[in-house]
Amino acid sequence: MSYTTTPYSAQPSAPHAETILEMRSITKTFPGVIALQDVNLAVRKGEIHAICGENGAGKSTLMKVLSGVYPHGTYDGSIVFEGSPVQFRNIRDSEHHGIVIIHQELALSPYLSIAENLFLGNERSSRGVIDWNKTNAEATKLLAQVGLKDSPETRIYDIGVGKQQLVEIAKALSKDVKLLILDEPTAALNDEDSAHLLGLIETLRQRGITSIIISHKLAEIIRIADRTTVIRDGRTIKTLDMKADAVTEEVLIRSMVGREMGSRFPTRTPNIGSEVLRVEDWTVHHPIQQDRKVVDNASITVRRGEVVGLAGLMGAGRTEFAMSVFGRAYGTRITGRVIKDGKDVTPHSVGAAIDVGIAYATEDRKRYGLNLLTDIKRNIASASLKKVSKYGVVDGGAEAKVAERYRTEMNIKAPNVDVVTGNLSGGNQQKVVLSKWIYTDADVLILDEPTRGIDVGAKYEIYTIINDLASAGKAIIMISSELPELLGMCDRIYAISEGRVTGEVLREDANEETLMRYMTMENDTDQEVAR
Amino acid sequence: MSAVKQMLGGNIRQYGIVGALFAIVLIFQFLTDGKLLLPNNVASLIQQNAYVMILAAGMVIVIIAGHIDLSVGSIVGFIGGVVAIMMQHWGWPWWLAILAGLALGAVVGTWQGFWVAYVGVPAFIVTLAGWLAFRGLAILLVGVTVSIGTQPQFVAISNGSIANFLGYIDNRDVVTLVIGALVIALMVFSQLRSRRIMQSHGLAVEPAVAVWARLAVLTVLVAFFAWTLAGSRGGTPIVLIIVGIVIVTYSFVTRRTVFGRNVYAMGGNLQGAMLSGVDTKKMNFFIFVNIGFLASIAAVVTTSKAGAAVGSAGNLYELDAIAACFIGGTSVSGGIGRISGVMVGALIMGVLNIGLSILQVDPAWQQVLKGLVLLLAVAFDLNAKRRAGTR
Repeated sequence: MSYTTTPYSAQPSAPHAETILEMRSITKTFPGVIALQDVNLAVRKGEIHAICGENGAGKSTLMKVLSGVYPHGTYDGSIVFEGSPVQFRNIRDSEHHGIVIIHQELALSPYLSIAENLFLGNERSSRGVIDWNKTNAEATKLLAQVGLKDSPETRIYDIGVGKQQLVEIAKALSKDVKLLILDEPTAALNDEDSAHLLGLIETLRQRGITSIIISHKLAEIIRIADRTTVIRDGRTIKTLDMKADAVTEEVLIRSMVGREMGSRFPTRTPNIGSEVLRVEDWTVHHPIQQDRKVVDNASITVRRGEVVGLAGLMGAGRTEFAMSVFGRAYGTRITGRVIKDGKDVTPHSVGAAIDVGIAYATEDRKRYGLNLLTDIKRNIASASLKKVSKYGVVDGGAEAKVAERYRTEMNIKAPNVDVVTGNLSGGNQQKVVLSKWIYTDADVLILDEPTRGIDVGAKYEIYTIINDLASAGKAIIMISSELPELLGMCDRIYAISEGRVTGEVLREDANEETLMRYMTMENDTDQEVAR
Repeated sequence: MSAVKQMLGGNIRQYGIVGALFAIVLIFQFLTDGKLLLPNNVASLIQQNAYVMILAAGMVIVIIAGHIDLSVGSIVGFIGGVVAIMMQHWGWPWWLAILAGLALGAVVGTWQGFWVAYVGVPAFIVTLAGWLAFRGLAILLVGVTVSIGTQPQFVAISNGSIANFLGYIDNRDVVTLVIGALVIALMVFSQLRSRRIMQSHGLAVEPAVAVWARLAVLTVLVAFFAWTLAGSRGGTPIVLIIVGIVIVTYSFVTRRTVFGRNVYAMGGNLQGAMLSGVDTKKMNFFIFVNIGFLASIAAVVTTSKAGAAVGSAGNLYELDAIAACFIGGTSVSGGIGRISGVMVGALIMGVLNIGLSILQVDPAWQQVLKGLVLLLAVAFDLNAKRRAGTR
C-alpha cells in the first residue's frame, strides 16, 4: 500500500492561549458504578490532545459524554465549546457544532462504495434523487485531502482497515469538522498505515483542526501529542505538556497506573528441557484463493519450559500458521508434519489437536475466544468438557469448582464464576481465555496476541502467568505485533515474512532492528535462513 | 454487586414470563366466568397443546444453535399419514406402527441434518424445502383422510386417561393425586440435592430461604394442578405423561449434558465453539435428527387426537412451536433459551387458544390476538435485555 499526502500551505499554528473545548467537573454514573467523577478537560484550539489511561479508566465514557451519545441531563457538569455552553442531545447535535467522533469499531457500510459512505445520511441529492456526479466529484476531493488514491466507487469491503480509517476521516472532513475525536485509531493498523494516519492527523493540525486521540500506544502519543490528559479510575490525574515536560513512556505509565513499574516484564530464569513440538515443512493455502500459499514450508521447534516468539508484520501468516497447526482451523491444501514428543501427531481437527495437548488462544477473544453470552465457569470448561463430565453428563459442581480455582489463581476480577463474560474487562476476559486453555492440560500453548487491547497493569499479570506456565514446563509459542513484548518475554524468536520463516534469533542476540530486518525480508531477495 | 443484580435480572426475566402466564390465566378465568380452570378444560388444555410442547422442546434446541426449522408441521402430517397407513392398510399393531413412525422421524431428521451439517445449506432453506416436500408426500399418501377405527389403544394416547385403579376420594381421581405428590417429592428432592452438592464443593449457594420459598410456590402450583385434574372426567391424560417425560428429558439434555452445553456454545459463538474443539457438523446433524424424532412423537399425538390421518394435519405447527420459543425468552440470534421458559410460552399460547375458544371468539380474531401477543412478548424481552445491558 502506498499513499501520497497532498501538501498544504502551512498555516501558522494557532496561539496556544485559546481554548476550544472545556469539560467542567463531569460526573457520570451508571447503576452501581461511578464511571467519571469530577473530570476536567481543557483542549486548546489547533492542538493534538491525547487522552490516556488504563482500560476502564473512563476515556471512552468521557468521549461519549462529549459527543452526545450520553445526552445532556444524563451526567453532571458542563461543556463549553468555542466559548459558549453546549448541551448535546445526540450525535447529530454535536456534529452540527463540528465535533466528530471516529469509533474504534469503524461504522462504514461494507457493500456501499467509498463515496456512498462519505455522504451517508448527508447525501448530495436534489429532491431525494442522488446526484452521482456531484457525489463522486466531492468524494474525490475529500479523498485527496486524506491522501487516498482509490476510486470513490470502490466498495469499502475491498479496501483494508487502514484505508477505511482514512475514509472515516474524510467523512469527518465533509462535515466541516472542528474537533476530531479518534478512539484507538491505530489499534487495528500495521506500522505503515499507522504512520500514515498519524502524519495525516498532524497535517490536519496545520489546517487548524483540533484532535483528541485516545490510544494505548504510548510511543504514538509521545510522537504526535502536544498535551496529554491522564485519566485513572474515572478521575483526571493530570494534564502534561509533552514538550515542556519532556514526557517519556515511563512517565505516562507511572501516571496511568499510579505506581512505579519496576519493569514492564517480569523476570524468569529459563529452565529449558527437551523438545516437545516440531512443525516440519508446513505449507498452507488460502481457503478461497487456493493457489495462494499463506504459509510456505515453515518449520519451527519448541522445547519444554521455553517461550518462543513468532514475529511478523500484519499479513505475514503468523495467525494462519498457528491456526492451521491447531487442527486445520484455517486454510486448505495443508501439507507438513506436526511432531510431538517424537511422534507424528499431525491433527486433522481441533478436537484432535486438543487431545494431543496443543492449545491455541486466539488473538480475537470476542469473536473467536469466548461465548460472551454465558458465564465464566462454562467458558473455562468449554474446551475440556470431557474432564468435567461422565457418560456425556456434565458435573456442574466439579465444573464450578474448577472455575473457582482459576478465578482465584488467575486473579479474575469478578465476584463469582457465574458472571457473564461479556461483562468483564478485556484483561479479565483474557484471563478466562487463558484459564480455559490451561485447563485442557495442553503441553504446548500457542498464545496469539495475548495482551492485545489490555491495559498496562493487566498486561503485567498476563506476562507473569505466561512465565509461570513456562516455569511449570509448558512450551509456549507467543505471537505478538509488539516487538518490545517479544524481546522482553521470549527465549527465542522466529521471524516470519510472507509465510516463510526468515530468521531465528536467540534472546541474547535479539533486538528490534535485527527482527525488523528478517520480518521485512522479501521472497525474491534473500532465501537464506539465518541462525 | 453487579453480579447479584445480573442473577436477579435473569430471574426477573424468567419470573416475568411466568407472571404473564398468570395474568393471562386470571384474565380468562374472569372473562369466562371461571370456566377456564374447570377440570375438564384444564385436561383438554393439555391434550390440545401437547404437540406444541413436544415440538418446542426440539425447536428451542434448533434456535439456540442458531438455526430454524420450518418443516416440523409437514413432517407431522407425513409421519402421521404413514403411521395410519401401517395400521389401517397394512394391519400392523398400534405399537409397532408407533415404533416405525418414531424411526421414520429419525430418518427424516437424518435427511435434513445431512443437508444442513455436511452440505452446508442454511437450515432455513433445507427446512423450507422439507416444508414443501413432506406436505406433498403427506397429501399423496393420505389423500383426504385415513381414519383409525380398528385400534382404540392408539386413539387413547391423546384422548384417554390413565386407568383409575385406586378409586376416588371425594370425587377426585387418586391416581392423579398420587402422581402430583410424586412430582412434588421429586422436585423437593432434586432441588435440595443439587444445593447440597454445590455446598459439598464449597461453592456459594443461594440462601435457604429462597430455595424453600420457590419450592413452596411450586408445590402449591403442582398441588392445585393435580387437584384440578383429579376432578376431570378421566383424571390424568395419558399425553400429559408423554409431555412430562419430554420436558424432564430435554431439561436434562439442555442443562446437564455435553450435547446441550455444545448447543449453547455454538449459538453463543460459532467460531469460538469450533476453536474449542466442538465438532459443529456432528452437532448440527444430531440437532436435526433430534427434532425429526420429536416431530414423529408429535405426529403420533396429533394423529391419535384426531382419530385419523389427514393430509393437512400439522399445518402451521412449526409456527406454534417457534412462537412458543420466542415468547418463552429464546434469543432470536441464538445462544439463549431454556426448556422451562419455552414450556411457559407454549402454555401462554395454549391458554389463549382455549380461553378464546370458550369465549367463542372468531378463529380469525384469535389469530390476530396471538400475533399481537407474540410481538409484545419479544418486544418486552428485547427491552428487558437492553435495560440489563445499559453500560
